[in-house]
Amino acid sequence: MALYQAILELADDNLVLGHRVSEWCGHAPLLEEDLAMPNMALDLIGTARTLYDYAGKLEGKGQSEDDMAYLRDEREYRNCLLVERRNDDFAHTMLRQLYFAAFMKPFWDAAANSSDEVIRGVAGKAVKEMAYHIRHAGEWVIRLGDGTEESAARMKDAVQALAMYVDELFVSSAAAAEAEAAGILPKRADMRPAFDAVINHIFAEAMLTTPEVAYPQTGGRDGLHGEDLGHMLSVMQALYRAHPGASW
Amino acid sequence: MYSQGLIGADGSTDESQDFLDRFQARIDAEEKIEPTDAMPEGYRRTLVRQIGQHAHSEIVGMLPEGNWITRAPTLRRKAALLAKVQDEGGHGLYLYSAAETLGVSREEMTEELHSGKAKYSSIFNYPTLSWADIGTIGWLVDGAAIMNQIPLCRCSFGPYARAMIRVCKEESFHQRQGYEIVMTLARGTPEQKAMAQDSLNRWWWPALMMFGPHDADSEHSDQSMKWKIKRFSNDELRQKFIDATVPQAEFLGLTVPDADCKWNEEKGGYDHGPIDWSEFWRVVKGGGVMNRDRIRDRKAAWEKGEWVRDAALAHAEKRRARKMAAE
Ligand SMILES: [Fe+2]
Ligand SMILES: [Fe+2]
Repeated sequence: MALYQAILELADDNLVLGHRVSEWCGHAPLLEEDLAMPNMALDLIGTARTLYDYAGKLEGKGQSEDDMAYLRDEREYRNCLLVERRNDDFAHTMLRQLYFAAFMKPFWDAAANSSDEVIRGVAGKAVKEMAYHIRHAGEWVIRLGDGTEESAARMKDAVQALAMYVDELFVSSAAAAEAEAAGILPKRADMRPAFDAVINHIFAEAMLTTPEVAYPQTGGRDGLHGEDLGHMLSVMQALYRAHPGASW
Repeated sequence: MYSQGLIGADGSTDESQDFLDRFQARIDAEEKIEPTDAMPEGYRRTLVRQIGQHAHSEIVGMLPEGNWITRAPTLRRKAALLAKVQDEGGHGLYLYSAAETLGVSREEMTEELHSGKAKYSSIFNYPTLSWADIGTIGWLVDGAAIMNQIPLCRCSFGPYARAMIRVCKEESFHQRQGYEIVMTLARGTPEQKAMAQDSLNRWWWPALMMFGPHDADSEHSDQSMKWKIKRFSNDELRQKFIDATVPQAEFLGLTVPDADCKWNEEKGGYDHGPIDWSEFWRVVKGGGVMNRDRIRDRKAAWEKGEWVRDAALAHAEKRRARKMAAE
């Protein structure tokens, strides 16, 4: 059950962020980004699907990937708080993406040595995708941080708003800790040096600094979320829930 | 996705008869015209207009389908829809590039879209009101687009023809995927089947209108046909579409909303009832339910993104300056 829970956390992170990114589709600041956003969303949702499918099998109650994505409420979602933050402006969206990918890239790198075959499979694909997300989002963070006065100010605002959600990435829930001890998932805390190296490098070029965070925000792994997640889920789940048992 | 018969193209041109004859001879010999070749002004203008309208249609077409990305009923459908909408954006990008070879920039074309000067396919001024509309758009709208675009793969203007070859492959994938969505609904619960029928009822006539006015009322077709920008008349393409689509609807157990739609043995095709052209012109001229919202949303994305584009330019400029200073 612990592994099921740990996999669910990972799947939720990927689905929630993928959904958030997909909200940009058709509304991006330039056409090239209208193509890049769905690309990133597809990577994340693809990873989520594989993980939900696996979690369903681990649980053994016959839940499909869709049952898990569409039938759980806010309190049952186990994603970290960073990924549920609303898109706000393009600076917030790109920074959120960078933070997440800068964590997940070394995570999947290490997961290539997992004792679990499914995790190794996911890791092999996801690590390349996360490298691309770091590149894409990182380039934007640099452009915006070192662009115009307005973009620099917006980028700084984004850092102020999101830095407090970073620490939670490195905290393992009890379920994750069990999976880590079993050699199935890499230890979250171990990702810190790789994460810091990427962020420091990009922030230096973007003329940004990491602020002191007085009160790091956590709670997502216990299903304690902000208010935005419920609205996201109600949009996402409405149709599936309106037709119980239907095939689509 | 592609618009119907071009709206309001002006093919008039004032080159010497000798020049026009030589140009026509190249067209008649099925030579491809390339961007750097000499061409009549009317030919260039018609193409800029048509390719621009086509590009805008792809871009605006992202909105009605994007409307269901966040609500797609399964993760598999969500991923497929994301990929489709992304394809449409790619078509837009590709077509803007083709138009740019004729000396008009993407920014200029975008401004014309936002000011209402440039048109886009009127089909996208209809709303997507249920999930079934995502299937129906793929089936009917991408299906109609294919009918229009396959002949464009042989268009006399090289960059447009080449763009169409790539685009057509993706459109036919969209069409099959859309049909499969509708099939799943038609074989689903009674509510799902009703959803599919309602969607077909709403999109059938607008889809037929995508091919443009009847040949007898189509102003600009002759010159476009002569220049081989266009190869089939509006009515010919519409007939092909109906003949291909009606049996597909029957196969699904759905009914096209036209009591006069019957197989005509003599002509070897389906007859159809009268098309309400006043509805067509109302929507083309801005009176559809979504016209204003579509432009509002495109403008909002563009205006809200201005600071991002400015920052990208400013950053590139700084980089260049630093590199110069370092050398
Ligand atoms: Fe398209
Ligand atoms: Fe398409």
